Amino acid sequence: MSSTTTFALLANGTSLPWAELPVWPAAAFVHATAAELQRGARLCAWFGVPDANGTILVAVLAFDSDNTLAAGRSEPISGGYPALTLMHSQAHLFEREVWEQHGITPSGHPWLKPVRRTTGEAPVNGEFFRVNGPEIHEVAVGPVHAGIIEPGHFRFQCAGEEVLFLEIALGYQHRGVEEALMGGPHRATMSQLETVAGDTTVAHATAHATVQEALAGGEAPLRAQWLRAVALELERLANHTGDLGALANDVAFLPASAACGKIRGDFLNLTALICGNRFGRGLSRPGGCRHDLEPARLVQMQTRLNSALAEVEQAVGWFWDAASVRTRFENVGTVFAGQASEMGLVGPAARACGIVRDVRFDHPAGWHRFAQAPVAVWPGGDVFARARVRALEIQRSGTYLREQLAMPPEGELFTAPEPPAADTLAVALVEGWRGEVCHVALTDSLGKYRRYKIVDPSFHNWSGLALALRGTAISDFPICNKSFNLSYCGFDL
Amino acid sequence: MWLPQLVVRLALWLLLAPLLPGLINRVKAWVAGRRGPPVGQLYYDLAKLWRKEVVWSTLASPAFIVGPAVAWVAVVGAALLLPLGPAGAEWSFRGDVLLLLYLLALARFATAWAALETGSAFEGMGAAREVSYAVLAEAALITAVVSLSLQTSSVSLTTMLAPTAGAGAVLLAAGLFTVLLAENCRVPFDDPNTHLELTMVHEVMILDHSGPPLAVILHGAAVKLLLFSVLLVQAVVPLDQFSRGVAVAVLAGGVLSVTLGVGLVESFLARLAFRRVPLLLTTAFLLCLFALLVAWKGGVQ
Repeated sequence: MSSTTTFALLANGTSLPWAELPVWPAAAFVHATAAELQRGARLCAWFGVPDANGTILVAVLAFDSDNTLAAGRSEPISGGYPALTLMHSQAHLFEREVWEQHGITPSGHPWLKPVRRTTGEAPVNGEFFRVNGPEIHEVAVGPVHAGIIEPGHFRFQCAGEEVLFLEIALGYQHRGVEEALMGGPHRATMSQLETVAGDTTVAHATAHATVQEALAGGEAPLRAQWLRAVALELERLANHTGDLGALANDVAFLPASAACGKIRGDFLNLTALICGNRFGRGLSRPGGCRHDLEPARLVQMQTRLNSALAEVEQAVGWFWDAASVRTRFENVGTVFAGQASEMGLVGPAARACGIVRDVRFDHPAGWHRFAQAPVAVWPGGDVFARARVRALEIQRSGTYLREQLAMPPEGELFTAPEPPAADTLAVALVEGWRGEVCHVALTDSLGKYRRYKIVDPSFHNWSGLALALRGTAISDFPICNKSFNLSYCGFDL
Repeated sequence: MWLPQLVVRLALWLLLAPLLPGLINRVKAWVAGRRGPPVGQLYYDLAKLWRKEVVWSTLASPAFIVGPAVAWVAVVGAALLLPLGPAGAEWSFRGDVLLLLYLLALARFATAWAALETGSAFEGMGAAREVSYAVLAEAALITAVVSLSLQTSSVSLTTMLAPTAGAGAVLLAAGLFTVLLAENCRVPFDDPNTHLELTMVHEVMILDHSGPPLAVILHGAAVKLLLFSVLLVQAVVPLDQFSRGVAVAVLAGGVLSVTLGVGLVESFLARLAFRRVPLLLTTAFLLCLFALLVAWKGGVQ
C-alpha cells in the first residue's frame, strides 16, 4: 500500500533531504496523514519544527507490512489546524504535545491539556475527567508512591472496587531533553540520550547513534552493529526478567519474585562485562562502539549467559506452574486488539494483543538485517498475555544471543563518522524492551540539530494502561501497571 | 492469688505475641533463600515506634487515637477469656464465648472507625474491604463455635475447648485455619508485605497512623494472630487427655506448627484476586458447617 503513498518513503536508519519531504497546507496535511493511517499506517512521530513563519508539522509514519517508513510535512502553521485526533485517536497525545510545545491549537481536540509542563502547582495539568453519580468515588494516587518508583499521578473514577475511568497525569520529571539538543550534537548529547530512560539506555543510545550515522550518510562497522544487537537483547532479558519477578511480587508469589530479582542482576552484569556499566552506558557512540568483546570475555559471556538462561527458565516455570498465579493474571486488565491498533500501542503491550509488531522484524536496521529473532505474540491482551509475551521473549532473546555470540563478525569496531549533512531528516527506530524507540533528527543549514524528536515507547503505551483499567478492579491496578511497566522519565523527557 | 496469675498470663500473651510474625517472616525468607529479618524484629519495631512522635491529621477526631486503643484492649480482653490448656482461662463464665466473638468484632469496628477518621480514599477502601470480608469470616467462625458448643453442650470456652472436636476435627481445623488467615490479613487474603496501597486490606487502614498508636495496632495484630492460633489448636487437639506438662508442650508445639504453616502458605501461594476472596471464605464457612453437622448428627450412634 505504501507504493501509492504521497509521502516520501525512507527505510529505518536512513536519511532524506528536508526538501524532498512532500509539503501540504495544514488541513490537507492532516487529511493526507489521516488517509495513510486509514490505510494501515501507524503514527511513529508527529511533531512541530519551529520556522520563521510559524510551526511546520512533521509526520513520520510506519507501513509495518511493507517494511518502510514515510515522512511528510505541512506548510508553516500559526494559530490552529483541524485536529487529527478526531479521526485517529493515536494522535491524541502527539497533538497535545505539539500544542504545549509550539502553541498551535489542534481545533476540535476533545481533551486538550498539557502533557508535561504544568502551569500551576502539581498535580495540575488542567481538569481531570470526572464521572458523576452518588455511588462514584475518586481515588488519587501519586505523584509520591509507596514504592520506590518514579512520580506520576493517577486519578481513578470508581464505582466500589471497579474502575470506570483512569486518567494518568505525568510530566513530573520533565527536564527538557529535546530543548537541550537544539543546535547539537553537543559534547553532552550522548550522555543525555543515554539517560532518556535509564532502563532503556542501549535502545536509546543505539537509536541516536544510528540517526547520527544516517545523517553522515554511512553506518557503523558490522562488528559494532553486532555488539549493539547483543547489548539490546541483554537489556531486554534483564528487564523482562525483572518485571516477571515484580509481577510475582505483586501477587505475593515469593519463589519467582526472589529468583527473578537475582537473575535480573546476572543479566545486567553481562552488560557490564561488555562495557563496564550494568545499563550499557558508554557502549555505543556515533560511528561504532567503544568497548569490544574480545575472545576471552566472549567465552565468559557465553558461559554466564547459559547459566542465567537456565535459571530464568526454571524460575519462570514456577510462575506458570502455580495455578494461583495464573488465575490472578487471566482476564485482568484486558486491552482488546482493536483498541491496541487504534491507540497505536507498541512493543510487548501490542504483541500481547495478538498484533505482530516488532521493529526488529518490520523495520530491520543494523545487525537485524542479517539476523532476526522471531516475533513473540500472544492473544488475549490481559496481564497473563503480557507476562506470557515477556516470558516468550526471554526464550527467544536467549536463543538469539546464543546464535549471535557463536559467530561474531570480524573487523573494525569504530570508524569516525563524517559530519552530519545539512537540511536533512533522519529516522531511526529501535525495538527496545518496552517497544519502539523512535528518534528523528532534522539538521539546519550548518548540519546542527534544528529539531530532535524522541518518542519513547511509553508515550504510545500509557494510553494502553488507562484502557486496560476500564472495568478492572482497582486492586488489580498494580499488576496491570507492572505488566506494562512504562517509563515516566522516558515519557516526561 | 488472682493478681499475680493475671500478671503472668498477661505477660505471656503480650510478650510472646510479637514472636509469631517474626517466625513467619523467617520461614518465608528461608524458602526464598534469603537471610531474612531477625525473629525479634517486631520487638525492635515496637520499641522504635513507641519512642516516636504521633503525626496527627488535622481532619481526624480523637477517635483516630482512641480506635487503636479500644481495639487493643478488646483483643487482649478476648485473649484473657481464652483458656491456655491446663492453665484454664483467666475469667470463665457461661457465655464467655459470645463475649469473645463480640470483643473481636468490637476491635474490628474500632480499627475501621479510626481508619475512616482520616477521610482518605485509601483508608475508606480498606475499611470497606475489611468489613465485607469480616461478614463471611465471622459466619465461619460462629459456625465453628456453634459446632464446638453443640458437641460439648456448653457455651463456656473452658469446657468447649477441652475435649476433642471428634470426627469433625479435620473439617474444623481446615475451616478455622482459613479464618485465621483471613482475620489476620495473611496471604492469600491480604499481603502483609506489600507496598501497594491499592491492593491492601488491613495495611491501608493504618497508613496514616504513626508512633505509639501504630505500635499498639501492630502489637494488637500480633496478639490476635496468637489468639487465633491458640483457639485453633485447642479446638482441634484434645489437650485434657495429656498430663499438664505434655499438654503445655503440645499447645506450644501446635501454635508453632500453625505459625510455620502460615509461613509456608505465604511462601508457595500467590494472593487471591479480591473477587475470589468470598469463594474461599465461603469454603471455610462450609467446612465449619460440615463440622457442625458431624457434631450434631455424628454423636447419635
